Amino acid sequence: MHPTNGRVNGHHRRNGTPRYSAWSLVQHGLTGAEWSRAWRAHPMRKSYDVVIVGGGVHGLATAYYLATNHGIRNIAVLEKGYIGGGGSGRNTAILRSNYLTPEGVRFYDRSIKLYERLAADLNFNVMFSQRGHLTLAHNDASLRTMHWRAEVNKLQNVDSEVIGPDKIKELVPYLDTSTTTRYPILGALYHPPGGIIRHDAVVWGYARTADANGVHIHQKTEVTGIDVEGGRVTGVQTDQGRIATPVVVNCTAGWATLISDMAGVRMPVQTFPLQAAVTEPVKPFLDTVVVSGTLHVYVSQTDRGELVFGASVDPFASYSMRGSLEFTEGVAGHVLELMPAVSKMRLLRQWAGLCDMTPDYSPIMGPTEVEGFYVDVGWGTYGFKAGPVSGEAMADCIANQRPPEIISAFGIDRFLQGRLVGEKGAAAVGH
Amino acid sequence: MMLLTCPWCGPRNSTEFRFGGESHPRPRPDAATPEEWRDYLYFATNPRGWSRETWYHGSGCRRYFAIERHTETNEHRAIDERRAAEARR
Ligand SMILES: Cc1cc2nc3c(=O)[nH]c(=O)nc-3n(C[C@H](O)[C@H](O)[C@H](O)COP(=O)(O)OP(=O)(O)OC[C@H]3O[C@@H](n4cnc5c(N)ncnc54)[C@H](O)[C@@H]3O)c2cc1C
Ligand SMILES: [Zn+2]
Repeated sequence: MHPTNGRVNGHHRRNGTPRYSAWSLVQHGLTGAEWSRAWRAHPMRKSYDVVIVGGGVHGLATAYYLATNHGIRNIAVLEKGYIGGGGSGRNTAILRSNYLTPEGVRFYDRSIKLYERLAADLNFNVMFSQRGHLTLAHNDASLRTMHWRAEVNKLQNVDSEVIGPDKIKELVPYLDTSTTTRYPILGALYHPPGGIIRHDAVVWGYARTADANGVHIHQKTEVTGIDVEGGRVTGVQTDQGRIATPVVVNCTAGWATLISDMAGVRMPVQTFPLQAAVTEPVKPFLDTVVVSGTLHVYVSQTDRGELVFGASVDPFASYSMRGSLEFTEGVAGHVLELMPAVSKMRLLRQWAGLCDMTPDYSPIMGPTEVEGFYVDVGWGTYGFKAGPVSGEAMADCIANQRPPEIISAFGIDRFLQGRLVGEKGAAAVGH
Repeated sequence: MMLLTCPWCGPRNSTEFRFGGESHPRPRPDAATPEEWRDYLYFATNPRGWSRETWYHGSGCRRYFAIERHTETNEHRAIDERRAAEARR
């Protein structure tokens, strides 16, 4: 354990947070000294005011905003593996707000705004690159959906417009925009503020600043049960012992129903694997994110030069995180239809993560019928971009004991009332 | 890749099939409450383990069938009809 104050290995720790500077970088570069830990391990307390299950971006952001916006600091984040080991460390890091419903657009737009200032808020470089996002249309039906989305977006002040093949070619010269392909490109929804981010940095930044504000992050701590007495939460059981708490927040994405089952809360969530793949690095040639719903594929180039490929979820529900040959073949074929020039590039890796799919492709957020048991789940293939706004809104919801306006459409009661928030047209492929 | 055994055609690559999701009995239209409809239409058991589900053999015999599949290992087994009948009772 490092001391929590003073100079540690040449850089400052204030309020427990190591401070990074150009000087400390040079010094560590020259001496090869170890950096002190960005978040600490604590002994587990017998009770906490709030217990958050799941150490992904949603759980950590909720802890961070509870501590910083509401002064609730006696919080535990319980993570069965390591933080960011779930979807938050496996996603393809695409951020955008050009959704289809007004409720969705408003919500994701707030998240983008928070992401834009996140590096400053956390004093941690999250490498948000707002390079622009293109969703291609290959037929009249999708072109119509693009126009629809553009109009809904503009009404919410979100920069979004439909552009034609000439403009597309200008933005992405390597794209095959000829009219002789199997699915010629008719147009695209162009969303300049969309882009990619360093997902691990987001997780680590939230963890580090939450830690500095007194939050306890317990890794390798698995929740095995939730104690409910008289319709309200009293504690959680873990493989490290019991914790008494009046508030439990379920932020476990692909594992969400397993946790809700422990509290006796049923949910409209099914777990599907989603795969992605990455190529060897090459020189920069692609500075936008390109998505094709018709071809079930999307492509971006990382700052390191690798191409990142993704697709839609696997065709059947599963908790297995294995890759499949069908995915690799499909993705490779479809990428080549879009960009024949990359045919010589080699895939380096492929992987999968678990996605908590809901019937309407919108999340489930807020209180449940069990008092003190909150959910922030249903993040499907698109929840990384929602980390900041979800953390902010869930913290507000817990501190003030009612869902704030921005998430009022996402309550679990919508499935009884038939008020679904249908986002399939904007979320099925272009995460 | 997963081999799935169609009760009519035998083992085939899973790409020949379409996943139909968990099978739940449909409520009676004349008597169902809104809660029952919600449960039937939207809610899922989503087990991590054995799941009873419907598949459609689209590129084969084009029949629907029910099967039990383990959602973590993807092992599957034909449904024991006697046990299923007991469960329904
Ligand atoms: C391949 C892929 C690509 C994606 N691309 C994008 C994208 O481009 N843009 C986007 O916005 N979203 C994308 N997503 C979706 C996004 O990754 C998720 O929606 C998001 O990361 C969910 O974050 P989370 O914090 O809710 O859950 P997670 O990060 O999954 O964290 C949940 C955590 O809960 C832990 N846990 C589970 N059970 C227990 C237990 N019993 N006790 C303790 N801890 C437990 C898990 O170990 C896990 O770490 C993608 C997902 C995948 C798989
Ligand atoms: Zn068959």
